[in-house]
Amino acid sequence: MDFAFMQEAFLRLIAGVPLTLNLAFTSIAFGAVLAMLLALMRMSNIKAFDWPARAYVFVFRGTPLLVQIFLIYYGLGQFRPALQELGLWGFFREPYWCAVLALTLNTAAYGSEIIRGGLQSVPYNQVEAARACGMSGFLLFRRIIFPIAVRQALPAYGSEIILMVKATSLASVITMMEVTGLAAKMISQTFRAVEVFVVAGLIYLVLNFAITRIIMAIEWWLSPHLRRPPAVEPRLEAAHV
Amino acid sequence: MSNGVASLSSQPAPAVSISNLRKSFGALEVLKGISLKAHEGDVISILGASGSGKSTMLRCINMLEVPDSGDVTINGETIKLKHGRKGMLPADQRQVDRIRSRVAMVFQSFNLWSHMTILENVIEAPVHVQKRPKAECVAEAEELLAKVGIADKRNQYPSHLSGGQQQRAAIARALAMHPKVMLFDEPTSALDPELVGEVLRVMRSLAEEGRTMLVVTHEMGFARDVSNRVVFLHKGIVEEEGPPAEVFAAPKSERFQQFISSHR
Repeated sequence: MDFAFMQEAFLRLIAGVPLTLNLAFTSIAFGAVLAMLLALMRMSNIKAFDWPARAYVFVFRGTPLLVQIFLIYYGLGQFRPALQELGLWGFFREPYWCAVLALTLNTAAYGSEIIRGGLQSVPYNQVEAARACGMSGFLLFRRIIFPIAVRQALPAYGSEIILMVKATSLASVITMMEVTGLAAKMISQTFRAVEVFVVAGLIYLVLNFAITRIIMAIEWWLSPHLRRPPAVEPRLEAAHV
Repeated sequence: MSNGVASLSSQPAPAVSISNLRKSFGALEVLKGISLKAHEGDVISILGASGSGKSTMLRCINMLEVPDSGDVTINGETIKLKHGRKGMLPADQRQVDRIRSRVAMVFQSFNLWSHMTILENVIEAPVHVQKRPKAECVAEAEELLAKVGIADKRNQYPSHLSGGQQQRAAIARALAMHPKVMLFDEPTSALDPELVGEVLRVMRSLAEEGRTMLVVTHEMGFARDVSNRVVFLHKGIVEEEGPPAEVFAAPKSERFQQFISSHR
């Protein structure tokens, strides 16, 4: 192991971290909105919404992300005149937007199933108690169903976020110079694959370590009801003194 | 809202009036034409074996179950129903929400919201449904929690409380809505025997305040001593009805006699 070289590789690859995180979080943000929409379609009990959502999840969960990225970037490029006519060429011309689109569509498929599981696990008796208090529609969803569902879904959604950070490496195949893209470029210049990929792997490991910690903190913050209660109420303690 | 004026001059509308209520689940007819009136201040115990339709009847009052036919009238306002694809539906969700915010319900399994503290549970509906100022609701919630004896639990979560404490919190949550009528659906059935007393004591104090209560229960002592009227349901009809002193001393129906002797 040549540590001087690895240090050099680290400094080169670290420049790709902003783009890696940018791709991950942009697509997670868009994907979460789409996932929520798909989950609601699945649960609508209306066939015209349910079946398209099922088909969507089937297609995007059942095909490799790499294939989706290729098809969106190279495949749609073949329809340039049509896209130009629709005014969409500016979007599909950019590898960045193609990568974001592919990652978004992919995570939405997985995310919708996670959210659906969370929504379905909301205990019916708590929903009924809310109805009995006069809640319905969006108020009921916003105050009772969604907060409980989020708490149920968060651990699974956390792993989806980590999967997404790793999935951004596939954007390197359509010329995106994120961490893996820079690594591949450096290897083609130096032919020292092992050192460069070890460094790249370590960078992903550190990123995901930080993300896991953040997700754990959010989980902890959202679940005081799952922890043991404080032994004595502060106020009572004061009263005893 | 001319209700208050009308009640001064003439006979006030009953707090709850249900007439000729019918409800089936599939082929099973659970309610076969039930009528019942509760006036303000009435405490009505609804007794019956399991499957007699007593919980279903109670749940029809706030439309958690929608009856197939018959009327439910709360303070003179009849809940409008319409035909849906799968049976009857409330015609006006806003009417139902408005009535539900004045008809509080206490459930067998408490049904507190698990992600909120006890205090948050109590102020939730007053703040977000009734749109009252939060500070006022918090102050009142603290009084109510003190009244049911769990003021020290206000910042804890439902999972941290015993069943009896959870049920008392659920009663405080119901009271926070300033209900005209309180519905209790077997409030002590899910409790350990030693916790039943603390909940019944709270319910007794509510009855003494003159609150209108409809209580589905298996607690004969409560029915006998606290309520001013007892309704006995059997196979979806009212089999026996009257003041507890009369019906317990001289039951007219054979079914009710059997029921009393088996619950002694």
